[in-house]
Amino acid sequence: MARTYANDFEPQESGGLKILQAIHLDPPLVLALMLLTACGLGILYSAGNQNIDLIIRQSTRLILAFGVMVMMAQIPPQNFKLWAPWIFLFGIILLALVLVLGDIGKGAQRWLDFGFVRFQPSEMMKLAGPMMIAWFFADKPLPPGFKNLIIAIILVIIPTMLIARQPDLGTSLLIAASGFFVIYFAGIKWKLLAGFGVLMAALTPVLWHFMHDYQRRRVLTFLNPENDPLGAGYHIIQSKIAIGSGGLYGKGWLNGTQSHLDFLPERSTDFIFAVFSEEFGFLGVMLLLALYFFIVIRGLMIASKAQDSFGRLLAGSLSLTFLVYLFVNVGMVSGLLPVVGVPLPLVSYGGTSMVTIMAGFGMLMSINSHRRLLRK
Amino acid sequence: MYRTLIKDLYMEVRMFKLRAIVAALLSIVLICLLLIRLFQLQIIEHAHFDTLSDNNRVRLMSTEPNRGLIYDRHGMVMAENQPTFSLDITPEEVTDLDQTLTELGKLISIQERDIKQFKKALKRHKRFEGISLRSNLTEEEVAVLAINRYRFPGVDFKTQLTRYYPMGSSAVHAIGYVGRIDEDELQRVDSSQYSGSSHIGKVGLERYYEQALHGRLGYKKVEVNVQGRVLRVLEENPPSPGQDLILSIDAGLQATAEYAMGDNSGALVAIEPNTGEVLALVSMPVYDPNPFVHGISRKAYQKLQKSGERPQFNRALSGQYPPGSIMKPFIGLGGLVGGQVGAVEEMFCEGYYLLPNEERKYRDWKRTGHFETDIKKALAESCDVYFYELAYRMGIDRIFGFLDRFGFGKKTGIDTTSERTGLLPSRDWKKREKNTIWYPGETLITGIGQGYMLATPLQMASATATLAMRGERRKPHLLRAVRDNKSGETLTNPIVELPKIKLNSKWHWSRIISGMKAVVHSTHGTARAIGYDLTYKMAGKTGTAQVYGIAQDEEYDEEKLAKKLRDHALFSAFAPIKNPKIAVAIIVENGGSGGSVAAPIAKQVINHYLHKNYGKNIR
Repeated sequence: MARTYANDFEPQESGGLKILQAIHLDPPLVLALMLLTACGLGILYSAGNQNIDLIIRQSTRLILAFGVMVMMAQIPPQNFKLWAPWIFLFGIILLALVLVLGDIGKGAQRWLDFGFVRFQPSEMMKLAGPMMIAWFFADKPLPPGFKNLIIAIILVIIPTMLIARQPDLGTSLLIAASGFFVIYFAGIKWKLLAGFGVLMAALTPVLWHFMHDYQRRRVLTFLNPENDPLGAGYHIIQSKIAIGSGGLYGKGWLNGTQSHLDFLPERSTDFIFAVFSEEFGFLGVMLLLALYFFIVIRGLMIASKAQDSFGRLLAGSLSLTFLVYLFVNVGMVSGLLPVVGVPLPLVSYGGTSMVTIMAGFGMLMSINSHRRLLRK
Repeated sequence: MYRTLIKDLYMEVRMFKLRAIVAALLSIVLICLLLIRLFQLQIIEHAHFDTLSDNNRVRLMSTEPNRGLIYDRHGMVMAENQPTFSLDITPEEVTDLDQTLTELGKLISIQERDIKQFKKALKRHKRFEGISLRSNLTEEEVAVLAINRYRFPGVDFKTQLTRYYPMGSSAVHAIGYVGRIDEDELQRVDSSQYSGSSHIGKVGLERYYEQALHGRLGYKKVEVNVQGRVLRVLEENPPSPGQDLILSIDAGLQATAEYAMGDNSGALVAIEPNTGEVLALVSMPVYDPNPFVHGISRKAYQKLQKSGERPQFNRALSGQYPPGSIMKPFIGLGGLVGGQVGAVEEMFCEGYYLLPNEERKYRDWKRTGHFETDIKKALAESCDVYFYELAYRMGIDRIFGFLDRFGFGKKTGIDTTSERTGLLPSRDWKKREKNTIWYPGETLITGIGQGYMLATPLQMASATATLAMRGERRKPHLLRAVRDNKSGETLTNPIVELPKIKLNSKWHWSRIISGMKAVVHSTHGTARAIGYDLTYKMAGKTGTAQVYGIAQDEEYDEEKLAKKLRDHALFSAFAPIKNPKIAVAIIVENGGSGGSVAAPIAKQVINHYLHKNYGKNIR
């Protein structure tokens, strides 16, 4: 069957947007992402005490990340589907390798050092995980049968456990979520879904049993931060003070006292949302969350217009995972969830997760723009 | 197979779209959840977190007000503030505290006591606030530390004003001293006013007028970062300095009196009769208050405590002595007023007195007796028998009632610490304290100021001033005026008039005073030795109080040696008689005779005061 690719599915528009479409990008999504990252740079400028070097480094990473996104957008989704099992397998091997090397070293081990580049296999797994499950379901009749469901769940559990062992609870939960979202979109029965939820709740004490001391402490601290106001609870108390003192209008850009007087720890990275909230207030927070919401909805729209199961499942999962990132980070910073090391997507300082996320959006755009023209 | 797949694809797209809509709804729910949480933090609890945020960044730092100075009545400085260096340590900036302390100990002298105090302060100190380790560094120590300062991060000098008493030991019992605040004192005062201060008045005027001297604390509102480092001052409210005290004490007279007392233990109080202003308040021996400001060393303190004379004991106010014969003018006055004796009535003194139906002889100090004796002669020669008889006629109740009007047995209410009441015995008192009845013999010895009766030198001086003023009473006080350093105004401390002692005839006063004049100016007066070259007329009364075998301050009895068994020498006087300017009471412990030991001291003091203030020709 002859395959031709075109992007005439969307109504044609003029000017710059045309160029974007020509290189397989989705203009609304690109605009939203650029707006978000620009906001991110602005708030990072404040959080980093107006350190220009920090901004230059972050900008460099952003350019790299956007480059990766554009690159990914050029690759037809069929190729992702073809590569998915191999990437997944490669990722599992690397994760195993990390664990082995981690046993030799000491403490948490998340990185592989190849000398010229340091690499975090769990980041790769954030994409490889959902790709693999989507690949698994792609050519099978959906909703999946019970047997396939079990196999998919096992495929989710393997990388999750490997990463949880590192230990990196945040990432492992994110990967579990992204795999789970594929299963959800594949059409797991609502009843089963509910049963699954009950099972997870029942397993919480078991999870507690397997947690490290510091993880347990975090959970306890989350439940009652005032217990240890200078120790583990300090982050969350100061973060809540920063957010709460922002009020409706905020203290103004560069005027956050909690952040600029160093009361707020980790303010360029995981707790950057507290800086934003302090300086821009509830109004700013509403706008920021609206921007994130727009990106998620746009992703879901792309997913529902995708042409094949693989694209649909992958796009849907990536979009929802992005939302989970946001929810976990903001929830943690505002004291709604325990402190797990999840950055605010595309805003927190740091390169690795940003590249992964943008690569994901690249895939999303690829799914959106590489279309087969079906004969009527 | 192909057909089912096609059908499934159609179904699949429909199902996916449904699930995508559910996912979108889920997104809305999650985002709303976050917004609700943020709304709660930023809108509902905003005020709470705003306060916490300010508490984080804004710190109040107190600034110690300058303590008010103390001047004598002529403007001589008696207590001032001198800049001194102290060594402060900020524990948060020190890596190894113990090592730093040892290393510092090699450079300057650090006592165990300093370290103890430092460790105590460490427990209740605010983050990033310096704690004082040593105060009053010498210039050499400052120099040594300055050179080695780079080795000690977190160690700093602080300049502060410290109390200094330029006259040293002079008038120490009136002024007292300041010292480091202790826990009890923090409980006693408004501790918010003392957060910037390290010192507080411990005794004397320094303690009595603590509030006025201390001033009001100032504060600075500063913005700090998480390390507690001050970034900028947001608001400043300067402290208002303490008020200066201008005392009624005449520093020159005080020094003269202390010099005149010589090596004797005892006390001297001089009062200006028509105002009640205390001109000199001497308790001997004296001690230097300056070491107490920085914390006196244990060794020096023990030395002070162990010296038998107990210099810290304020004899002028806390010393309760049997007043002896200097009570005679008051008893005599009481007798004249009550009509128990006539102004010219003579009694016969044969050297002893017998109570009806009693064997015991109450002896006169003069074995041979004074023969015919009227009130004037009885005072001039201090005839005991006359006053035995008078006391017998008056009875204890009348004596108590009359002496009570002069303030005996009660605090005068002078404005400094450690005043005691003395003791004016009565039937009730004896019933209450000793649970026995009053015996007539006890009335007799009360008549000559012995027995149970005790008075402080201040009470004696104050009562003498009342005699000088013919019944007009003034509350004795040390504070003459207060100067407010902010407004520059000087406020005079008003004279407090006490109820006047009104007698049925003012001639009674004259009769008694003429007797007292005869003490000094007649040929048989007990203090005639000081009278011959006076340029003015002085009224006085000598006293010699028995120490041995008399109930008195227990603390004294224990350490008595041979000298300690000798009588106390007393003298009370005022001058000039017509227009009294000064009233004095003196006690020289174990001095022997009042006329030969105490009276010459009074002469020196009164001479100095009158000549200096009213010229050599005063009458």
